[in-house]
Amino acid sequence: MHHVHEENHEAPQSFLRRYIFSTDHKVIGIQYYLTALFMMLVAGLLAILIRIQLAWPQTPQPWLHKILPGLYDPNGIMRPEYYPMLFTMHGTLMVFFVLSTAPVSGFGNFLIPLQIGARDMAFPFLNMMSYWTFFVGCLVMLASFFVAGGAAASGWTAYPPLSALPESIPGSQWGQTLWIIGMVFFIASFTMGGLNFVTTVLNLRTRGMSMFRLPLTIWAMFCVSILGLLSFPALTAGVIMLLFDRHFGTSFFVPSGVVIADKLMPHQGGSPLLWQHLFWFLGHPEVYILMLPAMGFASDIISVFARKPIFSYRAMVFAILVISVLSFLVWGHHMFVSGMSPYLGMAFAVFTLLIAVPSAIKVFNWLATLWRAKIHFTTPMLFALGIVSLFISGGLSGIWLGQAPIDIQVHDTYFVVAHFHLIMAGAALFGVFAATYYWFPKMFGRMMNETLGKLHFWLTFVTYYLTFFPMHFLGLRGMMRRIYDPTQYDLFKPLQPINELISHSAFLLGAAQLIFVFNFVWSIFRGKKAGPNPWRANTLEWTTESPAPHGNWRGPLPVVYRGPYEYSVPGVAEDYIPQNVAPAEVKTVGARG
Amino acid sequence: MFGKIRPQGSGPGIADSWHGGDDGENPLGPGAEGGALPVHTKQIGLWALLVTISMLFAGFTSAYLARRAAGEWTPIPLPRVLWLNTLILLASSATMEVARRTLRSWNLRALKRWLGITMVLGLAFLRGQFVAWKSLEQQGIFLPTNPHGSFFYLLTAVHGLHVLGGLIALGVVWFRAWRERYTPYHPAIGLCATYWHFMDLLWVYLFVLLFIL
Repeated sequence: MHHVHEENHEAPQSFLRRYIFSTDHKVIGIQYYLTALFMMLVAGLLAILIRIQLAWPQTPQPWLHKILPGLYDPNGIMRPEYYPMLFTMHGTLMVFFVLSTAPVSGFGNFLIPLQIGARDMAFPFLNMMSYWTFFVGCLVMLASFFVAGGAAASGWTAYPPLSALPESIPGSQWGQTLWIIGMVFFIASFTMGGLNFVTTVLNLRTRGMSMFRLPLTIWAMFCVSILGLLSFPALTAGVIMLLFDRHFGTSFFVPSGVVIADKLMPHQGGSPLLWQHLFWFLGHPEVYILMLPAMGFASDIISVFARKPIFSYRAMVFAILVISVLSFLVWGHHMFVSGMSPYLGMAFAVFTLLIAVPSAIKVFNWLATLWRAKIHFTTPMLFALGIVSLFISGGLSGIWLGQAPIDIQVHDTYFVVAHFHLIMAGAALFGVFAATYYWFPKMFGRMMNETLGKLHFWLTFVTYYLTFFPMHFLGLRGMMRRIYDPTQYDLFKPLQPINELISHSAFLLGAAQLIFVFNFVWSIFRGKKAGPNPWRANTLEWTTESPAPHGNWRGPLPVVYRGPYEYSVPGVAEDYIPQNVAPAEVKTVGARG
Repeated sequence: MFGKIRPQGSGPGIADSWHGGDDGENPLGPGAEGGALPVHTKQIGLWALLVTISMLFAGFTSAYLARRAAGEWTPIPLPRVLWLNTLILLASSATMEVARRTLRSWNLRALKRWLGITMVLGLAFLRGQFVAWKSLEQQGIFLPTNPHGSFFYLLTAVHGLHVLGGLIALGVVWFRAWRERYTPYHPAIGLCATYWHFMDLLWVYLFVLLFIL
């Protein structure tokens, strides 16, 4: 029966089946990736508007009134009721539609079959459905900017009663409903992807590819798929109940006695805290859905460019597993100020601090991999080191925030904004860039330009820290997040120079991404041709041509004989041994051809 | 071998030499387990889906228990038709199981008949749930009236949608059986049966949660 599987199916010939409604995991991965980059552009522009407002809140910007007359009044001052829309949609789009999508749905789709030695995903048609469901979700989210009242404005966490009562804020009219519908599409798409990922990793590994020979990227993808399947349903339940509260008059989340504009709302007896529990039961694993893939990329890339095996592969795998389990037990640390029992708060704090243990193991192992290595400072390596750097800087403030007494002090301040932009957003964003520079040759058959890449890295790295690190100081001085105009408080007026510095850095950070866009587009057409294995790496995707053909390998599927990280093995002629090289074929030093 | 090329990875799993395990000794050295679990790929996908659905209802359950414990809670009367609905759904699980067993004897006629009966019972169950809604409405218990009622409408609606999805899958299988496209190894019937039994079990759980616990 071998022949059934080993012949290559013809690739579909029509443009529509090949590039648009494709069931090929590589095409779907790239579709996800490019869509996520577009959403990143939208969400990034929202951040720019936020930063213009925070640095110069009272300065008229008449040019912005010309571009966005709904958002700015004729004097060029932002209409305050729309400011919450900006940070809500920035957060929603970035967390779900960019930083969950690009690494997991984008690179996960592209890499899983290639790295485990499969021809495609377990369910290719479901995979295609998953992308198009996501695409509809994107359209719904984008459309919500144009409905009456604008897009959702209750924060990316959509806390009721703000999100449950259309009377509460303009964005809580149709914008919030579309937000819910967009999220349902997103969750459906992510669930389809997760089912595919879990099944594919479990059942479609090639011969010899045992679980403990999987690259760490695949381990990360496998675990985040399980996290997604287990945690997103809680949010699904939440948004369905929220929809009922909004449109069918139920009172799941709305308490009695809410008065808006002198009008008593009819709802009775609901609990806003219930939403917070459901939301954060997803919300905290979601943080790791963003971060674990970046950790996987960092492990793979650091090992390749240090030309050394990853330090303690098994500890890395167990660290991923422990982080995944613990991520379900810590959601309460987002709710220390909700009046929860101090004993419960203590339990959440202890579990939160426990996550520092596997995290520290990962950092230690990365550093030990780098120790005394001949490091090749290529662009993907620089971004991988950036992940490690951001993970440390953001992780340290996480240990602060995990403790209830400190969290209560800085809750909902810019300290928290600084923390999660460094660790979650930053590590995930750098992960996307590291993966892009590293796997671009496999995606498009050409190399990205290294000079532009390094320029992009250094500008991004410096401006990223300049943008987000000073926010710690704003937070410690008490500046609250989601504030429209900090200068309304005398207390915050002396902080305005910091806000201006942050905004200038943010603009530079945004501008630096133009280098990336140019490099990306230019390299697709003009980049140096890449061979099958330009980085001289071990994992299976580098054993086929670049870009990989339909079915991934022209001949039979590769057979795996070793783990993914056998670099600089003593006594071996080359400093790398791809996973599909049989023990008898390994050339030793001094052996003839 | 079956004359048709199957889509990637949809083969019969354990019986398929590609997934390893049938060539006596492992030529790949110790520690190289390779290949697959001894379960059909689609069954793994389905079980993952059922885990996700379980988590959805776990979310609703925690919300329900938290709301009930918060006070201001007046239970709604149990619509009597629910007992009948429960019996109907249990019966449909039994007929589904009979349908699955007919496959072993290649009896496509019996398969179609028992699938048909299962689908009719499934539709009767949904109709019965609708009757339960109507009976509550006649007592003045609407969706927003009472927290217990809100949860009843919500949970039966979400469960009903999942049953409807199962009915659509059964319809597809019935249509294909009608076109005589099944071999005894085909996994679709087994997948439908697993899903259908799960829906049955889920309903019993919800019934107990809403009215007995």
